[in-house]
This record gives sequence, C-alpha cells and structure tokens, in this order.
Amino acid sequence: MAQGIRDKVAILGMGCSRFGERWDCSAEDLIAESFHEALADANIDRDQIDAAWFGLAMDEQNLGKSALSLSHALRLPNIAVTRVENLCATGSEALRGAVHAVAAGAADIALALGVEKLKDTGYGGLPERSRGTFNDLWQPGATAPGSFAQFASAYMARYDLKMDTLKEAMAHISWKSHENGSKNPKAHLRRRLSKESILAAPMVAYPLGLFDCCGVSDGSACAIVASPEMARRLGRTGDLVSVKSIQLSLSNGSEMSHNSWDGSFARTTRIAAQKAYREAGISDPLRELDLVEVHDCFSITELVTMEDLGLSRPGQGYRDVLEGKFDADGEVASNIDGGLKCFGHPIGASGLRMVYEAYTQLLNRAGDRQLVRPKRALTHNLGGFPNNNVCSISILGMLGD
Amino acid sequence: MLDTGIISIAAYLPRLRLARQAIVNANKWANPALASLAKGHRTICTHDEDSLTMGVEAGRNCMAATPGFSADLVQFASTTAPFADRANAVILAEALALPADLRCADFAGFQGCGVTALIDALENGRPTLTVAADKRVARVASAQELTLGHGAAAVATGTRNPIARFVVAHCTSVDFVDHYRAAKAQTDYLLEERWVRDEGHIKLAPAAIKAVLQKAAWQAGDADHVIIAGVGRNVARQIADLCAIAPDRLADTLDASCGETGSAHALIMLCHVLERAAPGQKILLANVAQGCQTLLLETTDAIAAWKSDHTVRQQLDSGVEDENYLRFLSFSEQIDVDWGVRAERDNRTALSAFNRHRKAVTGFIGGLCTACGARQFPKGQYCVNPECRQSDALVDEPFQHKTGTVKSYTEDWLAVTTNPPLRYGNVSFDDGGVIMMEFSDFEPGQLAVGTPVRCVFRIKDRDPRRRFHRYFWKAAPLSMMKAR
Repeated sequence: MAQGIRDKVAILGMGCSRFGERWDCSAEDLIAESFHEALADANIDRDQIDAAWFGLAMDEQNLGKSALSLSHALRLPNIAVTRVENLCATGSEALRGAVHAVAAGAADIALALGVEKLKDTGYGGLPERSRGTFNDLWQPGATAPGSFAQFASAYMARYDLKMDTLKEAMAHISWKSHENGSKNPKAHLRRRLSKESILAAPMVAYPLGLFDCCGVSDGSACAIVASPEMARRLGRTGDLVSVKSIQLSLSNGSEMSHNSWDGSFARTTRIAAQKAYREAGISDPLRELDLVEVHDCFSITELVTMEDLGLSRPGQGYRDVLEGKFDADGEVASNIDGGLKCFGHPIGASGLRMVYEAYTQLLNRAGDRQLVRPKRALTHNLGGFPNNNVCSISILGMLGD
Repeated sequence: MLDTGIISIAAYLPRLRLARQAIVNANKWANPALASLAKGHRTICTHDEDSLTMGVEAGRNCMAATPGFSADLVQFASTTAPFADRANAVILAEALALPADLRCADFAGFQGCGVTALIDALENGRPTLTVAADKRVARVASAQELTLGHGAAAVATGTRNPIARFVVAHCTSVDFVDHYRAAKAQTDYLLEERWVRDEGHIKLAPAAIKAVLQKAAWQAGDADHVIIAGVGRNVARQIADLCAIAPDRLADTLDASCGETGSAHALIMLCHVLERAAPGQKILLANVAQGCQTLLLETTDAIAAWKSDHTVRQQLDSGVEDENYLRFLSFSEQIDVDWGVRAERDNRTALSAFNRHRKAVTGFIGGLCTACGARQFPKGQYCVNPECRQSDALVDEPFQHKTGTVKSYTEDWLAVTTNPPLRYGNVSFDDGGVIMMEFSDFEPGQLAVGTPVRCVFRIKDRDPRRRFHRYFWKAAPLSMMKAR
C-alpha cells in the first residue's frame, strides 16, 4: 500500500462563512468571507499561496465552469487554480487536491475553498438538472430525498423493523441536530424542535418528512494547508491540526445494477472508512474517534452511516441512536455543529465545513458546543445517490498524536 | 387454399375507471341533463398512458397468446396517435421488440380506421398484427365526456391455425357528418343526437349489414354473435331490429364500465365475443363510421384450445375506481396545473442519443454476461458483477417480459410528475439484474419491499415545448395482471 498522507500536511488556518439564505451576498462575497477568516487564522500573506483548489458543485449560474471565478474573487497572484466537482464530496475533493499537492512537495502552501450559492437558483431543495442524454431516457426523475429515502425501506426490510421504530430513531437524529445547531452562530437553522413536531412534519419523500431533510443553503468554507515543516518555518509553535487521512471511494455501478448490494447501507462508505482507518492508524474507531461530522443529508443517511463507519454494529444503529450514543454527550458526538441538517448544505462547501468544525473542536475553539478535549475527528461526505455515489472520508487529529 | 383468419386477439383497458357520477357532480351546475348518464364508470388513461402505450399492452397480450407468430406487417390504427408524422406503428413494433424486416402502416382519420385495418389484414392474408387504440378527449362537461372510454385491442391474423375464419367483408363509405374533429383540434364537435340516429346510423348500418350477409349467403338469423359498434346500445338495438337480428344475439356494447373506445371499440367487442365463443359459431361485425364497415367470421375448432390470460371480462371487473375529476382533466391536459419551478426544466431529447440507445429504451433490451451469467441494464462494455467485470462478454438480454420484486422504494412529493407522488425504487428481477425504475399503477401506500412487479411500456417524460413524448418501461403490480 502507498505510504499515505498521515501527518504530512498541517492545517494553517480555516474559515467558514455564516450559512443560510444569504440574500445579502453574492457567491464572491461568500468566498471572501471564508477566505478572510482563513487567511487571518493562518497569519500568512495571500501571495504565499502556491496553488488553489476550488470546489463548486452545481451553482454555475453564479460563477461559471472554470476556476477563474476564485482567482478573480480573491485576486490571487496568477497561481494554478483548479476547479473540482464531485457532487456532495466536492468540498472534500478541493481539500484532497490541496493536501496531496503539499504532501507531494509540489506546493508549500495550498488553498482549498468550496462554495455554493444555491438560493439564487430559485429552487426549494436542489435544482433540477439533466442527468445526461442517455440517463434522461430511462432513469426516474428522482430527487435527493427520494433516493435516500430508499435506505429506509431497504434497512427496514433487512432488519425486519417496523417503520414506526425507524421513524423514531430518525426523529431523534433530527432532534439532536437542531439541539446542536441551536448553539452554532454560523448555522442556517438554529431553532430547537420537539421530536413530536419532527414526526408530524409533512412528507417529502416517504418515509422522510420535512424535518428529516437537511437545509439547502448558501455558504463557503476554506482551508489553508502546508507541510508541518513549513508551518514551523512560518513561526507556528503551538499545536497543529494535521490531516491523518483522506480517502475517496466511488460506486462502479454495481449497487445500481447488481444484486450484491441490498440497499440498506452505503458500500462506498464502508470501503472508504476501512482505507481511512488504515491510513490514519485507527484500529478501534469507537474508542479512537471523539467526534464525527457525517453526511446527514437526511436523517436515515446518518443512521446507516453510523453502521458503515463501524460505530454501530449492523442493524443496531437505530438502537444506538435512540440511546443517545451519538448525542453531544454521547460516546462519539455526531454532527456537533448541527450537521448538514442545521448548519446547512451548500454543496461545494459542505466537506470543508465539516473539516472546519473538526479543526475548531480539536483546537478547543467551539464555544458553547465545545466537546471535552477531542483528539480525533472524522468527516464523511456521501455525494450522489445511495445506489450511485461518491464517498469521501477524512480523519484529522493533532500533529504527532 | 388456406383459410385466413384471426389467430389471436387481445384487449387492453386501462386500470383506472372514472365514476361517471364524479363527472356529473362536477358539472351539473352547468348542465343538469348530464344526470341521466351518471351510471357506471368509464376507462381513463393514467398520466403516463396514451393510445400508443395501450396499443403496446394489447399487442403484448395478443402476441403472448400466439407463440411462434411472426408478423410481416404491423398496423396501428388510431385517431389519437401521439405523433402526426412519426410512424406510430414503427414505435409499436420496436416496443414489441420485433425485427426491423417488416412493413409498418399507420391508419387514422376516422373512427372506422381500426376495423378498416383489420379488414385489410384479413383480405391480404399475410401474417399481420393489427393494433387499434384511442384516447379520445371530450369537451369539459359534454355528454361525450361521460360516454367515451380509453382502450386498445390487438389482432393477429394470418393463415396459421386461426381461431376464427374470415368469411367476407363489405364497406360503405358515406360522408355523413355525425361528428367531426378538425385537424389539430383536441375535441370533437357533435351534431344533434336524434338527427344523427334517424337520418344517419339507422339508415347506413342496416344497408351495409344486409349487403355483407348477402355476399356470404347468410341469413340474419345465422349470426350467433352480432357486434354493432360506433353507436350506443339503444341505436344498436334499433339497427338489429331493422335487420331482423334477435336482441339476444347482440354483443355487449361495454358501455357500463368501459365507455366507447373509438377506433378500438369494435375490436374490443370482438375480443370479448371470441373469448366466449364456441367452435363453429358465426359472427357479424358492423362498425358505423362515415358509412359502415362490416365483416363476417366463423369460429374454428382451434378456438376451443385458445385461451386469453387477460380477458375483457377480467379487465372490466378489475378496474380501480377513481372519483377525482380534476385529476382526470389534468391527465388529459385539459387543465394546466402549476407543477412548480422544477417542471420548468427544459426536456429536449438528444435524438442522436435516443437513436444510439433505441433498442435499450424502446425494446427494453439489457445485457447478459456470458462469462458469469449476470443480467444487467443498461448493457455496458464491462460486466457489472463486482466479482466478474469481464469486457466484451455481454449479449442482448430482453427485460420487458421479466418479473421482479421491489427492492427499495419511495413516494416522492418533491419530484416532478403529473401524478404525484412520483413512485420509484430499485427493482430486483427474478432471474438477476437490478434497475431503478418508476412504478406505475400503484396507489400511494401500496408499495412494499418484496412486492412482485412486471414491466409496462409507458410515457417516461413529456417535452411540453416540442411535444416529444419519451417512452420507457415502468414497474407495475403483478397482482393486477394476476387478478385479470
């Protein structure tokens, strides 16, 4: 196996805009908002950045196809900038590009920035787009909630559960996210909700009610990374957050067309997790991870992800959720910042937003929602649909720890 | 010389039945006289059905009952074909996965086109599949809205072991304008009912019936079954009376739970008769439409062994009642519902891509890996089985006749559909292969993991700007067909 990137790259600084319906901002304004914070945190000059990766998944009506919009918006010094797009893992892809460049020694300091300005599209939820000339001829006009909702029917069938039981666990997940999000000043949704109101919400895609679905938001997040040696040369003497692992796993069509997958879990998450644990040197994730930021686009996704990450035994995720194992004061806090559900989900920014929370928690900067001395954090994105997806997993911790 | 005749016949009635009372309730404020027609139900297409999809279902049922039948000629007759200049018969033939080496013909123009096509096929003698289907639209709150129905029928003809021998045909052609639909108009204009009856139908039909009987040297009383289509039940009785045909010989006009299905109706009535006919019986069929198209048939011994899996009676008895008049109007695009911003997406079809994948999309042909046996859709260069992934090992594998079970599902209220919620999910086929498909003919709450399904040819998507309907296959409940 390749050597991997463990501890080869440190995070110099991070920034994150306030997420939400940012009618006050253009996409460029959001980019500047997260970059400004990251640059101040890194305490470097903008001209010291060697290369940048720009994550923008779907909002082409604001910024267009290339990476020029990032270069223009930040007046970057004519450096290499690459636009990446890989569904909901787009922000993580931007980070992967920057981290790999630094780990390879191709760049001393690299920038990863993700943004999405969805609210100008005029859609509630994600915009409707063509799926391609052939796919449009035969694939159902599925939406994200409808596709992820199928986790529930398959999970229920596999473990012979009653839908009421599953809905209760799903409601607990949404309730937890609202509790956590209420303590996050940058979160899109900050209102606390009762489980009763979550269960009584109108149906979006059976069995997902409105409050089982994450918010669609405007926002941006940003990371500036460098080698640990460069960080020291820049005068950083204190604790450094380092990247322990970044792994990516993509469907190859077997979930969509072959019966070797039963639909009750995400195969790519299981594969990416195993690779990430190996790269980061983790053997017992439940004991060694202190917090996880997972892709809770829908409550059921978070539930099956707990099993896919090995934090719950297969078929036991719903019990663990109901017992509070992943609550703020549970064994492993999940989505302590409110998650996609309440922090919001600007597609291209989400992966970096998760890393931002991990970084913030590891440096004990998380204010009201700060966990007690966390050492290892995992972030997880699941882009696309359960039967055809892109999964990214990153693990972060303190350098040398 | 071999006898030419009907080898097999099948009808297709859509599953939904609108209660006529629902139409009356919605419109009696405007026309209280409609109350006299409030009894019973009429068949209606759901959002993804049209004359072509109904025709495909009828054609499949017909072909399924005649293993080994190979058509030289495919005919599609309809006054409501989805395309004015794109051969609907060719789409039908490709949906039935027939080889390209055949002649296709569209019949249209008047309500006699279905019977005319059948007479052509019988006089021709070549192995022919004739399909007639109509999804006529009536003016809102008109009497026609209550009396019409949607349906299709398919007839396989030729010389190989017919169940009914063709005796003779006779047609009269008279431009008696009892109704008309102008080019590009959606609905008919109708003339005064009693004038139509007294000066038109009961003068035109008896003359044609007498002429056809004379050609065959039959007496009126010889016919065991008399089908008079294109007119209502009462007018049919009057015509029979004028021809000295006993009322008990008259075939059911199917108005109670079906309605008048246009160019398909005479063939649906004929199908209903043949499903119950005994060997050696004589059949007279007369269709009144701008004149009268008549033909005589005589059942053979082969009819005793012939059996339809989905009889007209079974279909009439297994409909699902609908009382939603507004939804019916929306299905026929007579009201413009606001489907929101998602429905604004441009749906232009890449016809080059469609042409490249036509066999997969229209014929539902996927792949079978000769290395590992995995079935898959779509067929790709490499096998999808993660344990195989062999290249160049896939051969064509038809999916349209397969059955499967629901593997996962949802009812999606956010997705765009003219019949919310959009129902879709993964279907696992009994002999292998998984496809994420739309479900059709399920009511909300009926889906469950493990539900058995079959495949039906339906409208996949409409392009409202360019009026190009895309068709693909959807998963429908297997139980409906079993019930039938």
